[in-house]
Amino acid sequence: MVHPSDKLRRFGSRSDGRKRCQVVRTINGDWRHGPTLQWAGRLHLTLWFVSHSHLAPPRRAPDSAAQPAFSSTQRSPERRVISSVIVHQCAMASLISPYLSVPTAPGRARLAAPGAPRRRRMAVVRAKIREIFMPALSSTMTEGKIVSWTAAEGDRVAKGDPVVVVESDKADMDVETFHDGIVAVVLVPAGGTAPVGAPIALLAESEEEVALARARAQALSQGQSKEPSPPHATAAPGPPPPAPVAPQATKGIATPYAKKLAKQHRVDIAGVVGTGPHGRVTAADVEAAAGIKHKQKVAPPPPPPPAAVGPAPPMPVLPPVPGGTVVLFTTMQAAVSRNMVESLRVPTFRVGYSMITDKLDALYEKVKSKGVTKTVLLVKAAAVALTQHPVVNASCRDGKSFSYNNNVNIGVAVALEGGLLTPVLEDADKLDIYLLAQKWRVLLKKARMKQLQPNEYNSGTFTLSNLGMFGVNKFDAILPAGQGAIMAVGASRPTVVADKDGFFSIKSEMLVNVTADHRIIYGADLAAFLQTFAKIVEDPEILTL
Amino acid sequence: MQSTAAVSVSASATASRGGARSEAARRPGGVRVCGLRGEALTCPSLRISQAPARLAVARAAAATNGAVAGSGGGFDYDLVIIGAGVGGHGAALHAVEEGLKTAIIEGDVVGGTCVNRGCVPSKALLAVSGRMRELHDEHHMKSMGLQVSSPGYDRQGVADHANNLASKIRSNLTNSMKALGVDILTGVGTIVGKQKVRYGKAGFPDKEITARNIIIATGSVPFVPKGIEIDGKTVFTSDHALKLESVPDWIAIVGSGYIGLEFSDVYTALGSEVTFVEALDQLMPGFDPEIAKLAQRVLINPRKIDYHTGVFANKITPAKDGKPVLIELIDAKTKEHKETLEVDAALIATGRAPFTKGLGLENINVVTQRGFVPVDERMRVMDADGNVVPNLYCIGDANGKLMLAHAASAQGISVVEQISGKDHILNHLSIPAACFTHPEISMVGLTEPQAREKADKEGFEVNIVKTSFKANTKALAENEGDGIAKLIYRPDTGEILGVHILGLHAADLIHEASNAIALGTRVQDIKFAVHAHPTLSEVLDELFKAAKLQPREGRDSKPSSHPNRC
Repeated sequence: MVHPSDKLRRFGSRSDGRKRCQVVRTINGDWRHGPTLQWAGRLHLTLWFVSHSHLAPPRRAPDSAAQPAFSSTQRSPERRVISSVIVHQCAMASLISPYLSVPTAPGRARLAAPGAPRRRRMAVVRAKIREIFMPALSSTMTEGKIVSWTAAEGDRVAKGDPVVVVESDKADMDVETFHDGIVAVVLVPAGGTAPVGAPIALLAESEEEVALARARAQALSQGQSKEPSPPHATAAPGPPPPAPVAPQATKGIATPYAKKLAKQHRVDIAGVVGTGPHGRVTAADVEAAAGIKHKQKVAPPPPPPPAAVGPAPPMPVLPPVPGGTVVLFTTMQAAVSRNMVESLRVPTFRVGYSMITDKLDALYEKVKSKGVTKTVLLVKAAAVALTQHPVVNASCRDGKSFSYNNNVNIGVAVALEGGLLTPVLEDADKLDIYLLAQKWRVLLKKARMKQLQPNEYNSGTFTLSNLGMFGVNKFDAILPAGQGAIMAVGASRPTVVADKDGFFSIKSEMLVNVTADHRIIYGADLAAFLQTFAKIVEDPEILTL
Repeated sequence: MQSTAAVSVSASATASRGGARSEAARRPGGVRVCGLRGEALTCPSLRISQAPARLAVARAAAATNGAVAGSGGGFDYDLVIIGAGVGGHGAALHAVEEGLKTAIIEGDVVGGTCVNRGCVPSKALLAVSGRMRELHDEHHMKSMGLQVSSPGYDRQGVADHANNLASKIRSNLTNSMKALGVDILTGVGTIVGKQKVRYGKAGFPDKEITARNIIIATGSVPFVPKGIEIDGKTVFTSDHALKLESVPDWIAIVGSGYIGLEFSDVYTALGSEVTFVEALDQLMPGFDPEIAKLAQRVLINPRKIDYHTGVFANKITPAKDGKPVLIELIDAKTKEHKETLEVDAALIATGRAPFTKGLGLENINVVTQRGFVPVDERMRVMDADGNVVPNLYCIGDANGKLMLAHAASAQGISVVEQISGKDHILNHLSIPAACFTHPEISMVGLTEPQAREKADKEGFEVNIVKTSFKANTKALAENEGDGIAKLIYRPDTGEILGVHILGLHAADLIHEASNAIALGTRVQDIKFAVHAHPTLSEVLDELFKAAKLQPREGRDSKPSSHPNRC
């Protein structure tokens, strides 16, 4: 099980940027091959957040609590706009995640003590020493600077206490911890910089474990200093190469942009051969070392829109259309494209269902004035139905298990200018429609201003796509990676229906299509889910409860 | 151009005074013109012309250069100004308007640093830089629906634009003085004794003239710390940089003040990479710390710029014999050698030194301090014993009070006011400053730390409010939402202590605040002034409206400040 940010660090430190198989250990202590990834080199974090959910462990793993949740979302929009530019936003950010600390830290600890890996591992699991990580405070943040530690070494902190102020590329944010404990070791002091996901401090659960944490910190730093010397073949399989936590002093001369690029792509600049004037390292050298081909601005023929269907790993490039215009993907569009191609690996099937919506329409007319939209009603209906059919809310992550989600988080596809996002209504089953509607308005606004935080668009467990407002009567959707099912909703249209007594009448009918991952969700599951959903839609009073 | 502006200002001032009067006549008890206090209009700094009759005098004076006042007392001139920069020019125009017979002595070119080697050509380069930035910002362009393919530039074309602008402004300046009848005397001016100046240039006999009053306005030259060898090609100052003879791949800029920051904007827009060398621990040390921090986020971090702070450039060797420019950095405190940079070029932007050599100050017992001419608050030159030297003034960079072109001009006008028998003290805290990066930075009054220090000393409270460009319609329409405005004020009196702006057209926005400070307008008054919608000026409008005052009875004794009165 590999956390994306963890992976980012490991891959980032590679200079070839090609294929790699990860062997890491899960929280249970067994070994597992991680997914093999094609790492194209110039993959930005932005992309990562959009596309990583299929790699990530379930966001709401029982012990994770690693969900950044920004309290600033509760502020009024005006206030938030201002504060996002100016000062300390209070951020409840991610911090501690045991499943993360286990794969990384013992791996390094073992470097220091290769003799006794097993014993050490057990100790770690029981002792609950958690690493505090550099959180990703914005979608474009690749590294953060520690402005100050509000908690010092030895301080006891409680869940929710701010422990550190981090300067991202956008603002300074107070970062809070989600766990009680003692700040045992500060790994990156104030003023230091660390890439997103790198450990910046260790949190011990009790006094006794402080010493243990210190030892581990020492091992960590030793492991790092030893890293350049290769002979560690005896060490346990696959110790991940550590990422540089703080920027290292460069011996060679490198230009300012070269240094920036090196940091961004995690290239050790000392190892780059400079080809610039007087042997200096230039931006081009760093890009070459990171395996990036320079984007050609004038020549037009980079990949055309994804007309290519078929799971061929190398993307076929069609000849350019004569006389046409080629417009490169934006980051968001590239992420959409990647996700769509990725989805071809999943065996999906589709089930359709038509339902009468007269009552739903009537309900909508009633609550419309309170800002509740049809989409919100459908989200709520889907959420209620999902609680009764948890498998439809589950996902398949490794091809051999069901991953059930504790929460019903419904992503809703939103068309944006030149893109597509799925802001997520978390806990849609628990909130009432008015609260949902309110939350939805905030999310929509943020989405349009491109201010969604990663957790607000990638924590979905089920997705709803509604094209009813365009008059579409039916369509089907592509299953997003990391989810079990997606629902495509068409418009309600007056239709002549015959009831069981043979009487004809005109009712509003809506066609709903669900696409699901057949590895975990079978035809009958989906049919039953749709039946429940249809019942709710046809008798929607339950939605207002 | 300036002269017409002056006349029209006087005319409108007169008109509005008239308006204020009739207003006052109709409404006894409160002279208020849209929230601006009536007294403001009689403020000394606005007393350019007091009555229509006076205007006529000024016009007559313009034609004859002081024929009305004459040059009584046997002096050749009422006023001789040494140095025809922006300061001298401003003083000369105002002197003519006041009816003084005026001459200006210039040893180099009219316009001085600002027009020839400073503000003016740099604005031309920055205009290019701003456009390049926009065209290169694909994301920005795309978000506005624009498509541009591979924008480029022609270095010589850019350089010519700067040079043409300088010559145009220079001829405007010269013509404006000639048209008013100011005598432009060519040569290097020297004070030979009380009210006596000699001037001359090589190959010509020196001439001596007498003047009732003398203004020194000789300005400044780029300051080059010792150890730095200037060759004008690879190691140079702003004087050379403005000619834009080359665009190096990598340039180190020593000093991160206004000049350094503006040049970093130009060079990075033209494709250079920049390394800042700053002796203090923070970049942009002169700015309000909060603004500096945000500026770093907007103007430094996302660009191809890195920096070394807390270091001196101990030694800089120009590129020669196939070697790059070498910059030895030493720790600013310990003086230990830290690092040697190898770059393609180095721009020395470590400030400016007064140009006061050869002025003959020793003839009148005046000793400069680090080159600056010591003056009192009325710009009167002080001699070595601390006494005022009668009839001798010094304005602009040469006195070092506030080294800005418009400050020099304001000081010159202040001096002319005094010469014309109206006491005048310039409030330097009302003089705005601007840095023309993209986006721009501007400020007036105190920075937050300065205000807090003053508040501690004098025992009052300080409040701060801020507004964001992100909330401004016009800024968002331009897709330029980066920026804030910050107001520092006294919550007890509503006095504006300082305003700092970082954002689109900040330099043009600051004047509302600087005028308010100059006129003593308080927050509670200016908040009722109306701003056109949608404009960037609403950033300041919101700022003033956001400022809350301490409720105190009788603080605002005039209930007539209600907006409906306007």
